[in-house]
Amino acid sequence: MSAAPTSMKRLVNLARIVMLKDLRAEVNSRVLVNQVAPFSVVIMILFAFALDNDGILQRVAPGLVWLATMFSMLVVVQRSFAVETADGALDALRVAGVDTRALFLGKSLALGVQLCALDVILVTTAFFLYNVQLEPSGLLVVFVTVVLACCGLGFIGTLYGGLAAGARGRETLLPLLLLPVVAPVLIGATRATEAGFKSGGAEVSEGWPWSGLLLVFAVIFGVVGSVAFGPLIDE
Amino acid sequence: MSATSTPTGTRATRVLGFATLALTVWLIVFGLFVSAEDVVQGSTVRIMYVHVPSIWVAYVAFALTAVVSAVYLSGKNRSLAWDRVAGASAEIGVLFVAISLITGSLWGRLTWGTYWVWDARLTSTAFLFITYIGYLAVRGLGGTFRQRARRSAVLALLAVLEIPLVHFSVVIWRSLHQESTVANSGTDVELDGLMLFTLFLGIVTFTMLFVWMVLHRQRGLALQDAVDSHGLDVAIEQRRQEAEVR
Repeated sequence: MSAAPTSMKRLVNLARIVMLKDLRAEVNSRVLVNQVAPFSVVIMILFAFALDNDGILQRVAPGLVWLATMFSMLVVVQRSFAVETADGALDALRVAGVDTRALFLGKSLALGVQLCALDVILVTTAFFLYNVQLEPSGLLVVFVTVVLACCGLGFIGTLYGGLAAGARGRETLLPLLLLPVVAPVLIGATRATEAGFKSGGAEVSEGWPWSGLLLVFAVIFGVVGSVAFGPLIDE
Repeated sequence: MSATSTPTGTRATRVLGFATLALTVWLIVFGLFVSAEDVVQGSTVRIMYVHVPSIWVAYVAFALTAVVSAVYLSGKNRSLAWDRVAGASAEIGVLFVAISLITGSLWGRLTWGTYWVWDARLTSTAFLFITYIGYLAVRGLGGTFRQRARRSAVLALLAVLEIPLVHFSVVIWRSLHQESTVANSGTDVELDGLMLFTLFLGIVTFTMLFVWMVLHRQRGLALQDAVDSHGLDVAIEQRRQEAEVR
């Protein structure tokens, strides 16, 4: 009777350990802080150069925040799996009998946490550089959107990152595989953030259905990913 | 035919090939000459006899890829033949999506005055195209045949999940941000009997063409795998043995 809860507890515990391992690796290397975050801010500045109009920037700021997130995510995902494949760490984890579902959940959550941190920087950048409005009720929508979208992106990023890990030419393949899949997240997160920023005359309350879409997306890819990840990396 | 080449055809594929060829001629005659012009679109409507069958074949191809991938992953006897059929089918599917997108945008230019509209169906089709290009890229990643088969089978099943999600989100994206597009008005067209028949003929012809292409291509892939696995050494050894026999 107690077998199922115990194994579930073990799974969650393992996932937590894997997540902390990834986050510790990040804290030690500071790649996110020193390289990825500046990269994403540069993207935001380049968008401003390309569009060259304050009104347009304010209008499209939500889309730009999420495009910058997607591009930065490619770098973070590659980093997440470069750490694993460099010294055969992924093989070592599997030989050690780590459940691939826990591995998937742990790595996804670590990725999600990093993306959340990145989005805090990006939303702040949009606030100052693009001059968007952000009121407390809007901030709540944006916060929930960031958390849900980053969960979804974490799951997808880990799934497809695992697929491309260890293969020749993965650097060029990952964007091709990943970007079409994250299109629904881009649509949902952009609309929800638009409501939060009140850009284009949107109401804050219009954002919640889009957050719901993000939640559905995150749940689907969380469940499917934990099933599919094992066969993908099992070689 | 020289002794060194192995044909991918059999008697059955030759019969199928000739039947397809005959139907293609019939389709050309009916599509270009016999069927009537459209009241509104004129001769432009004839693009339909290529456009609709192309996207039909693409859907059939990707469905086949998904089904044989599932069979590969679930079966106890994990024959690589399933994997090769999946790969062959996806390759041909990508080709036909491309044909469908090109003919569609030409048709759009003639009837709507623009090559592309951000309509939900068009956008989803573009995603379908890109997704399966990614699938083919994963097949080309290298590694053992088993690795390729497993990776691509999982990816094919993920694509089945992803495509409806993308389609659904694009539909609600468009429904909130754009009034009904010109693309929607095109779906109410009533087809007369001969046009409907020609369209049906097109679908049958293209489906047979697809079957013929998959049969050849999967055999081609099998030969490719055989070449890759045996390598040049085996071939040289065989040539040497042939020389000794003579």
